[in-house]
Amino acid sequence: MIQALSGQLLVGLINGSFYALLSLGLAIIFGLLDVVNFAHGAQYMLGAFVAWMAMQYLGINYWSALILVPLAVGVLGMVFEQLVLRRLYGLDPLYGLLLTFGLALVLEGIFQNAFGISGKSYPVPDLLQGGTNLGFMFLPRYRMWVVVVSIAVCFGCWFMIERTRLGAYLRAGTENPVLLQAFGVNVPLIRALTYGFGVALAAFAGVMAAPIYQVTPLMGSGVIMVVFAVVVIGGMGSIAGSIITGLGLGLIEGLTKFFYAPASDVVVFVVMALVLLARPAGLFGRQL
Amino acid sequence: MRRAFSNMALGGILILIGTAAAVAQVSGDVVKIGVLTDMTGAYSDLAGQGSVIAAQMAAEDFGGKVLGKPIVIISADHQNKADVASNIARKWYDEEQVDAIADLVSSSTALAVMPVAAEKKRITLISGAASTPIEGEKCTAYNVHYTYNTYSMAVGTGRAVVQKGGKTWFFIVADYVFGKTLEADTSKVVIASGGKVLGDVKAPFPTTDFSSYLLQAQASGAQIIGLANAGADTINAIKQANEFGITKKQSLAGLLVFLSDIHSLGLPVAKGMYLTTAFYWDRNGESRKWSKRFFERHKKMPTMVQAGVYSSLTHYFNAIKAAGTDDADKVMAKMKQMPVNDFFARNGHIGADGLHRHDMYLAQVKSPAESKYPWDYYKIVKTIPAPEAFQPPDPICPQVKK
Repeated sequence: MIQALSGQLLVGLINGSFYALLSLGLAIIFGLLDVVNFAHGAQYMLGAFVAWMAMQYLGINYWSALILVPLAVGVLGMVFEQLVLRRLYGLDPLYGLLLTFGLALVLEGIFQNAFGISGKSYPVPDLLQGGTNLGFMFLPRYRMWVVVVSIAVCFGCWFMIERTRLGAYLRAGTENPVLLQAFGVNVPLIRALTYGFGVALAAFAGVMAAPIYQVTPLMGSGVIMVVFAVVVIGGMGSIAGSIITGLGLGLIEGLTKFFYAPASDVVVFVVMALVLLARPAGLFGRQL
Repeated sequence: MRRAFSNMALGGILILIGTAAAVAQVSGDVVKIGVLTDMTGAYSDLAGQGSVIAAQMAAEDFGGKVLGKPIVIISADHQNKADVASNIARKWYDEEQVDAIADLVSSSTALAVMPVAAEKKRITLISGAASTPIEGEKCTAYNVHYTYNTYSMAVGTGRAVVQKGGKTWFFIVADYVFGKTLEADTSKVVIASGGKVLGDVKAPFPTTDFSSYLLQAQASGAQIIGLANAGADTINAIKQANEFGITKKQSLAGLLVFLSDIHSLGLPVAKGMYLTTAFYWDRNGESRKWSKRFFERHKKMPTMVQAGVYSSLTHYFNAIKAAGTDDADKVMAKMKQMPVNDFFARNGHIGADGLHRHDMYLAQVKSPAESKYPWDYYKIVKTIPAPEAFQPPDPICPQVKK
């Protein structure tokens, strides 16, 4: 019993680090741009598919993809921001939500048309094949890598935004763009970079996910619901909140899968409802 | 001369009346088939556009006409939703003179359309759906369950695996009707063959991360982990079982696996797995010939569901021809009377309950080294004869009692 439970907790932690990584990008985009990026799941899917295509057609391996794919998808994100999204700044956030939701549908439709619903299989890189027997469970090396990398990336982002000068500019860009511009900072460029960075994080999560999950056109639409719940529970826009909540919800979900599996897909939303009843701004959000 | 002319004219009129009478036998001067399937969702690879193409091929190969009247194929997306499916069916039967609805992938949509068809006295030719209640308590007089069912999957894979020494089982079940039926049917077969079921876990549908369930399956110590799910769920479960090293000590039994699943999983992950299928494109010359024509148009080899759509429609057209009418009652009688022998089915016979009983095949997925050319995925290990592959007619179905 204890053995089985520790296994489930570890698996929960692994999933939680995925949630943290995905909600991080979402929280950055919302926190710094006030945009509810509904295309986040599709951009995550795009990351996984671009990695698969890069391997299939260009022979680019996993390690290079880990760097190149987020860059490429991030640039696509910036193009989208420059051409369309920026026109909606200052309007009701609902417009941005609808626009990005539309983008998600378009992206999913294109990939479904090209690759079918069952998608493609991406192999685990040779260096991370196999795993360790922990006694209570077999831990695949790749999953260990996911946890370590996710936590490192999450901490790095939090540090950059909350503790560095660049982060201060980014935050100032939301608080008072006019004043920041008066100081000679190129605010539109900062915004484009911020969106691109958030999108790149989604694509990065996609590359990380590709060897574990089947790469399918709809892989993002399933996980995006949970990730939105994570961001809401953590407090919209709170970066540390998203990270901690992501990990925590992964654990709670893991426990549910062990004790009563059929409830595991609703438990996240039950937690969300309870948290919102007690703290409408989320666990770490600034009270409204 | 004058008389001869009037005789000829009379003869001509008689001939015209004759054809007019024959015309009256085909309602609406057209035989219209509606392919109702999942065009964009979880099952769109195993059915979807491929099923529509199969239906079009069936119509073309029949000459585009039956009893001198054109065959028309239309299609729609039921999105795997029961209410959407029954609404489209109602509209097709009422307003668009559809004579038969084909495919119907996913049990919930099939069970929703069947009563509509029965009420309107029109035909359903189910290829995609699997649940046994279709020919059991939910059976109708106007339905044919053509390609496979959960019982045949259970018998094929379940019995074969137990006979090969896989005595103890643990199930990972998709938490809805289909998954539960599949688990129940397989459990019965496992126990009857001398095996034992150690436990199960019901995973929400759909699930992407199976690691928790796989760990529970591993902890059960069962030799065999039965996957009572389909499509993307099966694919992810198999992929992650490999990742967690579970396949080293325990074996997976995919209880419903399609060619399209193997294609997207890839042989390195899927190799060695047993599965039951109604059709494999590379089984013999006849199946190869048809499948290559299908491939030309769809760029993918056919799944059993898509091949079943073609075969069921061809059988339907033949029955119309034999009956000399498209009247549903008469055509159903002919369909049940005429045996099916084509590239798809050997020794096929449609019972009073509407279930098409035919030979099934136990297949094993090839390793990458064994696979010599694209789509070379299965070894056919065994032919399961029709009486063994399908359950006998269940008296719970009113048609059987008659």
